Amino acid sequence: MVSIQGLHKKFGKNKVLSGLDLEIEEGGIFAVLGPNGSGKTTLIKSILGMVIPNKGEISVLGKNIKNSSKYRNKIDYLPQIANFPSNLKVKELIKMIKDLRGKTAEDESLIKLFKLEPFLNKKLNTLSGGTKQKVNIVLTFMFDSPLIILDEPTTGLDPISLIRLKTLIQTEKSKGKTILITSHIMSFVEEVSDEIVFLLEGNIYFKGSISELKQMTSQPDFEHAIASILTTNHV
Amino acid sequence: MFKILKYSFFDLMRSRWSYVYFAFYLLLGIVLLFLNNDLSKAVITLMNVIIVLVPLIGTIFGVMYYYNSREFTELLLAQPLKRPSIFLGQYLGVALSLSMSLILGLGIPFIFYGLLKSNAIWDFSLLLITGAFLTFIFTALAFNIAMSNENKIKGFGYAILLWLFLAIIYDGLFLMTLIMFEDYPLDKVSLIGTMLNPIDLSRTLILLKLDISALLGYTGAVFKQFFGTSFGLIISFIMLILWVILPVLRILFKSKRKDF
Repeated sequence: MVSIQGLHKKFGKNKVLSGLDLEIEEGGIFAVLGPNGSGKTTLIKSILGMVIPNKGEISVLGKNIKNSSKYRNKIDYLPQIANFPSNLKVKELIKMIKDLRGKTAEDESLIKLFKLEPFLNKKLNTLSGGTKQKVNIVLTFMFDSPLIILDEPTTGLDPISLIRLKTLIQTEKSKGKTILITSHIMSFVEEVSDEIVFLLEGNIYFKGSISELKQMTSQPDFEHAIASILTTNHV
Repeated sequence: MFKILKYSFFDLMRSRWSYVYFAFYLLLGIVLLFLNNDLSKAVITLMNVIIVLVPLIGTIFGVMYYYNSREFTELLLAQPLKRPSIFLGQYLGVALSLSMSLILGLGIPFIFYGLLKSNAIWDFSLLLITGAFLTFIFTALAFNIAMSNENKIKGFGYAILLWLFLAIIYDGLFLMTLIMFEDYPLDKVSLIGTMLNPIDLSRTLILLKLDISALLGYTGAVFKQFFGTSFGLIISFIMLILWVILPVLRILFKSKRKDF
């Protein structure tokens, strides 16, 4: 699905990714974890082509993404901070994205699912953080793409919406899609993900299932396993 | 690109500032025409305002729009769109909406005044065309500055400096050079110096078209010889077009290499 070889990225003097190799197979939920500043968002933005790598190759669905934009048709992306053009209404934003990407019928059922009907005619800058995140989720899931990338999807969501999001993620998974998630909420990660990719200082420290991680660190639960990686590596 | 252009354009058309800018020109046009009653004097006064104000507004608006639409840009970048078309669309959206405020704001009072029947229509059209060119030039320069500076304060600072340099400091330096080397023949130097600054170029173009070059003395005669001919006019317009194309090319170049 996604294959990355020797990815290097520096921002000024700050080396963020140093020769990262990653192979993500088709189908399943992959969680990208790591401490702050370990390069999670940079990795995701490189896959999306928003960050241009200094070195290395990325291919999505078997095609090199360099100088290409069409492949993004196959990706649904949920950005970390839901910032939208402020003087647009929710309805107009949804219409605009549909206009840019092509038709979909999924938006109405998603709007119903997240109870967004009363907000459709409100401007985006008047919405609360959680409501913005719901709009963000609708925009992401309304297209039927084989690869879904979610950067901190739980931010600002209330418990009911969180449950709805989890069901949504599972439904998409059952359609055979590949889902990449970053999150700092360990219980969420443990619940949804099939496989963990742990980033440390710009490289992959661990890739495998949660039980393998527990075995490797000989810790009884997931949260402590992650904590033990961080303490042994002095982060 | 046209979809982005459409959204940027409508986004700006709905913003308060476009109306303020439009209303300002409307008021200026009405006041100048109906309180003055002398069309060519009105055009000269308008020229003085346009030559300074249009670049300033183009620069400020361009920088402001770029920084304000950062979220919109990031949203677009994750869509299957080519980067150059995103930035070109936004740039054209800003430049077109500003030009439209200018052309409609000044055009409406002039049409009511009966411009279509008067001889000043060519002078006036030249004024609007150079105004539109200046908008396109300075918006493109502003986008360049904003794209190269992540820090908004720095970006605004450089943009204002650029305007100050081209609108005021350049003239001072130019004049000083002319005085320092007054013993030498300076026709060509001053001609080239004028060509290299879009504001000076526009001003000279309009002044000569208004046929008040007698005020400019000997240099005026040389200028008239050059700009007055169709060859001079074509060269001047080529220069103005180059002033638009070069910054736009840099926008495209920069857009392919930038991280978000």
